[in-house]
Amino acid sequence: MDNKQYMNKVHRAGAVWNLSMTGILLAFPILVCIIFNVMPDWHGFFLGLLATMPMYWAVGVIEVITYVPMLGAGGSYLSFVTGNISNVKLPCALNALDSAGVKANSEEGEVISTIAIAVSSIVTTIIIVIGVILIVPLTPVLNSPVLEPAFAQIIPALFGALGVVFISRNWKIAVVPCIIMLAAFIAVPALNSSTVGIMVPVSAVITIVATRIMYKKTNWLNK
Amino acid sequence: MNFSINSPILFALAGFIVLCVFLQSVYFLIMAYRRAKELNMDMTKVKGVIKGAAVFTVVPAISIVIAVITLSKDLGLPLPWLRLSVVGNLSYETIAASNAESAMGLVFGKVANLTAQQYATIALVMTISILVGIWLLPLVSKRLLSGVEKIEKRDKVWGDLLQNSLFIGMIAAFLGFVFCDFGLIFHGDTSGLIPVFVFFTSAAVMAVAGILLKVTKIRAITDYALPVSMIVGMAMAIPLTHWLG
Repeated sequence: MDNKQYMNKVHRAGAVWNLSMTGILLAFPILVCIIFNVMPDWHGFFLGLLATMPMYWAVGVIEVITYVPMLGAGGSYLSFVTGNISNVKLPCALNALDSAGVKANSEEGEVISTIAIAVSSIVTTIIIVIGVILIVPLTPVLNSPVLEPAFAQIIPALFGALGVVFISRNWKIAVVPCIIMLAAFIAVPALNSSTVGIMVPVSAVITIVATRIMYKKTNWLNK
Repeated sequence: MNFSINSPILFALAGFIVLCVFLQSVYFLIMAYRRAKELNMDMTKVKGVIKGAAVFTVVPAISIVIAVITLSKDLGLPLPWLRLSVVGNLSYETIAASNAESAMGLVFGKVANLTAQQYATIALVMTISILVGIWLLPLVSKRLLSGVEKIEKRDKVWGDLLQNSLFIGMIAAFLGFVFCDFGLIFHGDTSGLIPVFVFFTSAAVMAVAGILLKVTKIRAITDYALPVSMIVGMAMAIPLTHWLG
């Protein structure tokens, strides 16, 4: 099978799975209504949707454009279904590509990224199931004052380790976005854990523009 | 049927959907694994990637369990279990649930007994709000990836730079996030330094692992460097919180 045939197969499978999952996910609230014989509170529904949907759909569209080139085809179809992209799936794929020594935009990169994300999704699903089954004994442990500070710092710990690898290798293109993001997050109180997901595409655009300018106007990035 | 946020039927519904997601992951894993064999890739490396991805995921997955516990206080277990196994993450789901609850006059975190109607409304808002990526992807991903491929064919150097820019953009955003409470030190609150120290601890461990790899050439270092660095960074947060928090 050549690469084009394989990619067509991935896109076909992705379309079938993702469109089916859309229907299955929507079935949950609909079945709740049917089983318990209730209708949604339409007033609350429209108000809730109005407060949530415009921002989430806008972010969702931008996330698709930003993440797909990084995750590859197979990895994207899985990641957008299983969620936790920026905090689990993408770092996992990045680490896998790095440890396998392949580029994201190669045939091997597509395969490695899909394998890493699939394994990560399987492990996540299993651990959450175990967590749900053992929730009573686990709750006091996971919420204990000793462990709580550690789990509160998972994102800094993750991106410290990833950052040192990727920034050291691409420091020329990292300088501008790092300075801008540092300044923005320190100066603007509204930028925090709730808004960092929205800032990823913004930062990606800033990096691309800065890199393009450096690439076209200077010889710096060609060395 | 009498409604309860932890009703067995809700567990069954959520369980079925989670099973579908699990099967999708297995399907894609098998497809990619077979392709790796077809491409004559080094299968030791591929197995290393599988081990590395599994080990790396354990700690973030435990943090997702904590998120399930957090949301279960209002919504019971089945809905947060479903929402955090599929599509969402803690901040997205919390905002969606909180918006839906406040639209019905409820206060997030202080809901005692949801009715079936309120529960269905919240589930509907959470689901519709966050679905966009799943159905949009089959419509645009092929075109998007072929666009990137065209750029790479036209100019290989720029193609690589573009890819690296996307990765660096993401990392820069999270670097900024690590410093988001840094300004608190000007008000005498040093807790904003905790994530900064954790970030640099984790980075330092990863750098040491990189040096060890170069010196010893032990491949296992590549597979486990990231999870070990994360755990050391997170462990560091415990004394740091006592000291600065």
